[in-house]
Amino acid sequence: MGIRERLSGNEAIAFAMKQINPDVMGAFPITPSTEIPQYFSTYVDNGQVDTEFIPVESEHSAMSTCIGAQAAGCRAISATSSCGLSYMTEMLYVAASDRLPITLAVSCRALSGPININNDHSDAMSVRDAGWLMLFAETNQEAYDNYLQAMRIGEAVSLPIMICQDGFITSHAIENIELVEDEKVKAFVGEYKPEHALLGKENPMAVGAYATPVYYMEAKRAQAQAMMDAKDVIKKVGAEFAAMTGRSYDLIEKYEMDDAEEALIIIGSSAGTAKEAIRELRAQGKKVGLIKIRSFRPFPADEIAEALKNVKAFAAMDKDDSFNAHCGPIYAEVCAALYAKGIFAPKGIDYIYGLGGRDVRVESIQHVYAELEKIAASGETGETYRYLDVRE
Amino acid sequence: MKWKASDMTPSVTWKDLTPGCNIFEGGTSETVETGDWRTMKPVLDMEKCKQCLLCAPVCPDMSIPVVDGKRGDFNYFFCKGCGICANVCPFGAIEMVKDEK
Repeated sequence: MGIRERLSGNEAIAFAMKQINPDVMGAFPITPSTEIPQYFSTYVDNGQVDTEFIPVESEHSAMSTCIGAQAAGCRAISATSSCGLSYMTEMLYVAASDRLPITLAVSCRALSGPININNDHSDAMSVRDAGWLMLFAETNQEAYDNYLQAMRIGEAVSLPIMICQDGFITSHAIENIELVEDEKVKAFVGEYKPEHALLGKENPMAVGAYATPVYYMEAKRAQAQAMMDAKDVIKKVGAEFAAMTGRSYDLIEKYEMDDAEEALIIIGSSAGTAKEAIRELRAQGKKVGLIKIRSFRPFPADEIAEALKNVKAFAAMDKDDSFNAHCGPIYAEVCAALYAKGIFAPKGIDYIYGLGGRDVRVESIQHVYAELEKIAASGETGETYRYLDVRE
Repeated sequence: MKWKASDMTPSVTWKDLTPGCNIFEGGTSETVETGDWRTMKPVLDMEKCKQCLLCAPVCPDMSIPVVDGKRGDFNYFFCKGCGICANVCPFGAIEMVKDEK
């Protein structure tokens, strides 16, 4: 039995960091993730962890610090949000291509402009091609649990991993949470012992090579394989975590999908709102369900296609717009997944929602299901690129 | 998985490439051919060479071996054909010619 507590999402992440006791943290504060390095630096100051805390002058330097530390053979961590994540972008690609399993906590927030500090997924989605593993949490508990699993996953495939949660919605809201005992965390996460590291003169190595056109594509193909291999690792680590805590984790979570005729595909905290909407609609006899994406990278294409194959209509919920005059990223990837599997029956639409902290209410989600019901009944999809709860 | 820098040749497959193109040994500049993208190459005329050794220190790589105070022929494994040696030679003993592969 774990320890009952009540923590904000940021506190929960910082607490997980304390329990893991990593070697190096390079961080620069930015709302709404500021509290993570703030709480953690208190642990450092109190001598509760052995971590070398390196306060840097920018997020670009924060990620550079992590790259150097991880290449030296350390466990390196950071935390950021929004423009901070954008400012790291160059180094995010380097971390992934150098195959360094750094762990980055992201409290997701809108990108400017207009200037806005509230939640959406435009920061995380803008770095979705950087080569990082990306797990998203619905609740504070999931943010904590995902963080405890992060290093096991990243280190198994030599890829860096982002643990994302919704800025303010979970990062600052306090929820009941069940923590895992320190000794169990230590045993579960284990020690980081890379086969090769820069420190130590016995086995010299070079990191960050230049690859001419003769080698670059082979390096990227190998990186792509690591991302493919990560799917099994995420499932395996999730199952092991379930055996320890009773809380199970997979690539996706299916909610009321067995007989669902209308379904949502969603990421993050709004999944909780959608579940409440589903409970009310189910009570009225509506066959509605939900697919929550936990792992966005790797993208669970087969699992989503399989879960959607029998629905009449679905809506992909994008808390971010690609500004391609067409759709957001989740819709694009879900449709590609269905097409690749030869599944053409379900009608699909895309909703851009919750941008810049726009409140997502149970009624908002029920409106989406009402639209899906119309599409399912008529067979007419209509406009596929829609904005939810925007003043017309 | 191959681990030696000398195994990282243009025929290496993605499965045999090291993660991140990392190299797990030291002193690899000796084993990796860095002269393969040269278009011009220097040719030494031993008749004209006075062994003044002005060329050896200006070579940016390790292409002019000097043994017992005398330079030998070019080491084309490293030579990129920059032509600095030909430029400093006071005796016209080094000629830059098109490198035919």
